[in-house]
Amino acid sequence: MNWGGPAEFFAMGGYALYVWGSFGVVALALIAEPLMLARRRSEILRTLRRNAMADRMDQESS
Amino acid sequence: MSTALRSPPVMPMQDRVIHWFRFASPASFYPLAGKMMPWFWALAAIFGAAGLYISFFVAPTDATQGEGYRIIFVHVPASWLSMFIYMVMAAWAGIGLALNARLSGMMAQALAPTGALMAFLSLWTGAFWGKPMWGTWWVWDARLTSELILFFLYLGFIALQAAIDDPRRADKAGAILALVGVVNVPIIYFSVKWWNTLHQGSSVSMTRAPSMAQTMLWGMLLMALAFWMYSVAVALKRVRTIILEREGHAEWVRNLPEVKP
Repeated sequence: MNWGGPAEFFAMGGYALYVWGSFGVVALALIAEPLMLARRRSEILRTLRRNAMADRMDQESS
Repeated sequence: MSTALRSPPVMPMQDRVIHWFRFASPASFYPLAGKMMPWFWALAAIFGAAGLYISFFVAPTDATQGEGYRIIFVHVPASWLSMFIYMVMAAWAGIGLALNARLSGMMAQALAPTGALMAFLSLWTGAFWGKPMWGTWWVWDARLTSELILFFLYLGFIALQAAIDDPRRADKAGAILALVGVVNVPIIYFSVKWWNTLHQGSSVSMTRAPSMAQTMLWGMLLMALAFWMYSVAVALKRVRTIILEREGHAEWVRNLPEVKP
């Protein structure tokens, strides 16, 4: 174990800004990318469902 | 002797042949990618948890760089993946160009944003490592500049494809750009050997023993595996979305349970 306690862990031997600035942005990016993709997927699915519904209504009315 | 009892000829070998080309059609790749995705997410999570544990709690403090060196555990995987994804993307683009296969172009398109993200993370974490160790966020040296060019190549590929309305023509134009850009990858990789740069030489080399502690090396490899599995999972997720966007007119898309009203 490297650390005497949580405070020492977060201080990173004086390199807190640099270590957490790196790991933080990486974590943020790797969480944001799948979330943005999930939104893109639900958008296209909504469009496809709406088109399918419009087609069905067309067939029923004709 | 009656012929009616004779059974049809048995061809056991033929049943076992996997028809790989079947998966080249978006209609059969879409469900396959959906089935593979959870496994890659799980592997990414497992390798990531193990890698982070080693990065922070097992790997010892560095003799010269103190705790600041721990940036290596995200910097090196992001850099490796930025180069590796580019090669895979260019390969798919090239296959798409040669065989005129729709799915290959979609795969290249699905990989580009993740590759760009990895290149960005490599530059970002590099800057946050350079500041405390070299005293500067950025320097125009060979390694850093060629990695920046890689980032711009990804952005160029994405922008070029977005600018062309016909998706098949966009695939072709993008493929040529991707293939020309491949020349940059070995330049990045060997830049620390070919030129005198501020960037340190590689800590892991194929020709000699790694110049770092065993536990540090393990942490780095586990994190690289986590980044790799993440990239596969997220690319599969994106290619599924691209398939829906581009094949929305097809009958099989309309019959998907997630589309059927």
